[in-house]
Amino acid sequence: MSTLITTRPPDRGWRLFVRTIVARAYPRVIGQQREKAWIFFETFLPFLATVGYIYVYRAIQAPEDYIGFVVMGGAMTAFWLNVIWAMASQLYWEKESGNLALYIMAPNSLMAILLGMALGGMLATCLRALVITVLGTLLFGISFAVSSYFQLFAVFVLTMAALYGLGMLLASLFLLWGREAWQIATALQEPVYFISGFYFPVKSFGFAVALAASVLPLTLGMDAMRQLVFASGPSLGFLSVEVEIAILSVLAVVFIAAAKFWLDFMERKAIEEGTLTDRRR
Amino acid sequence: MSDQPAIKTENLGRIYKIRGAKKGEARQRVALADVNLEVPRGEFFGLLGPNGAGKTTLIKILTTLLAPSTGRAFVAGYDVARQPQEVRPRINMVSGGESSGYGLLTVRENLWMFGQFYGLDTKTTYARIDELLQIVGLADRARTKTSDLSTGLRQKMNIVRGFLTDPEVIFLDEPTLGLDVGASRDIRHFVRRWMDDRPGRTVLLTTHYMVEADELCDRVAIINNGRVLACDSPANLKRRLQREAIFKLEVSPLRNGVLAAFEQLPGVRKVVHSPQDGRSELDLILEADEALGGVVTALNTHGAHILNLQKREPTLEDVFVDLVGMSMTEAEKAGEQELMGG
Ligand SMILES: Nc1ncnc2c1ncn2[C@@H]1O[C@H](COP(=O)(O)OP(=O)(O)OP(=O)(O)O)[C@@H](O)[C@H]1O
Ligand SMILES: [Mg+2]
Repeated sequence: MSTLITTRPPDRGWRLFVRTIVARAYPRVIGQQREKAWIFFETFLPFLATVGYIYVYRAIQAPEDYIGFVVMGGAMTAFWLNVIWAMASQLYWEKESGNLALYIMAPNSLMAILLGMALGGMLATCLRALVITVLGTLLFGISFAVSSYFQLFAVFVLTMAALYGLGMLLASLFLLWGREAWQIATALQEPVYFISGFYFPVKSFGFAVALAASVLPLTLGMDAMRQLVFASGPSLGFLSVEVEIAILSVLAVVFIAAAKFWLDFMERKAIEEGTLTDRRR
Repeated sequence: MSDQPAIKTENLGRIYKIRGAKKGEARQRVALADVNLEVPRGEFFGLLGPNGAGKTTLIKILTTLLAPSTGRAFVAGYDVARQPQEVRPRINMVSGGESSGYGLLTVRENLWMFGQFYGLDTKTTYARIDELLQIVGLADRARTKTSDLSTGLRQKMNIVRGFLTDPEVIFLDEPTLGLDVGASRDIRHFVRRWMDDRPGRTVLLTTHYMVEADELCDRVAIINNGRVLACDSPANLKRRLQREAIFKLEVSPLRNGVLAAFEQLPGVRKVVHSPQDGRSELDLILEADEALGGVVTALNTHGAHILNLQKREPTLEDVFVDLVGMSMTEAEKAGEQELMGG
């Protein structure tokens, strides 16, 4: 032990920030390969719900593009499930297991931990979303008509940034609520499916409700993606893609900034009151 | 800052607010009061005290996880409340029974992750992990999933996590809590060896095992009810009781209330009673050997038979009894009763 090998001094600053993000993302990406049961449930259950809607739409002879809408909704469900179950309640769980204290005590910033959690969750979920999309496309013969790959990419990235920004904000809020967070998470799951239009275009809600629903990043994200991907998309779209991209950018910045603000606040409070790093209380 | 002491506290205190306290109940608890300690670099320092004494509270303050209510604290020369970003890269902490990391990751992966949080490059991290796992005897489990480890092996992994970053000051909060004899011994040996190999590194260990403090520490602070009652080397602490005579007695079961009478006897400083199955154990701190006669006579009058009698050297437990007026076990019970409002 007299050696304790050192090749170079430890990183600080942005290098440490990046290291922390990667290290915290790692268990998320690896975890899903090790727990095959998770992959099954998190892919299969959203897919099952999707298939249900598809048969209903076929039965009532809805326009064929609706089938595509539903498959996309099913794929995006995976991200919402991931945000609710693996982001929002995660910091609370980290506190219970004692990790939170170690994260605060380490020289990194908690924001890097949260970003790592988000990045890892996002990567792991992309795989599931892809499986749902491919399966749905092959089984139900969906036809795509992509109008702009560049805009599609931009919308997806912005939607993810805003969605996981919201997840990071919820994570630091749930830390305050503790155990009740689980009930809140369960309570949020279904209404969000409905209000953000997972299985039908939000335009059908009427302007006011659709606008209110736009606070949820997936609402506009999916609306814009449907407009860009399906032939009949634009006619069923809520706002123009450009406007939706602008709003999504604002949402992403606001949610991530709010998450940072709350996280700093929670860390200060934890240190002042001594309650948050304590497993027993 | 390397000429500064590893740890220094000035009139350090911490008061917890108690949430949801009902009418008539205390609204706050003093967990730490007027703590003045100075630990030079290279010292193995122990904090010995019963449950609720304030050991974890002190560690949390020193590791920047808890703000002091009064006074100041410095680690490696930096103020823990004002310069946490200077303190954090220089320290680490391992607690007893901790369940840090992720069960799905292997031992090696978990340790790598924590190393990254301290900015270690991957090559250094793996080299150190393999070296340290070898020393604690966990090398063959490097690729085991953490959730499959037994408590003892788990704690060895936690220990490696703490030492992996080669901290200037490491805080060990009851690191052998709940471990079997073998695992506890391995951990004690590991820490001792690390100290020997890395001069200038500092360990602060909290424990309520007397033997652990006695065996490992250069100096020990005895703490009870949030206050430091004494701070010296184990040998010097025990020397305080040099003039006293200490006896261990086994007698047939004693009735309650008899003890108070014993403490009134001339030359008797303190009697600690620990009821055992079918007999009573008494530890006597006497001013001199001569006082033993009185105790034996008193036992006879109460109809108790002496099964065994032994004179022994003072231990840190006796020092605690001498300072606090009760044994650690009694102090813990008293603390619990106070909390229950009894
Ligand atoms: N967050 C908190 N809120 C209120 N009281 C607290 C809090 N944390 C600790 N206490 C109280 O402060 C006192 C000191 O607690 P602390 O955990 O520091 O003791 P300890 O010496 O580490 O004990 P143990 O051996 O049980 O770990 C106890 O009376 C405890 O109940
Ligand atoms: Mg403790």
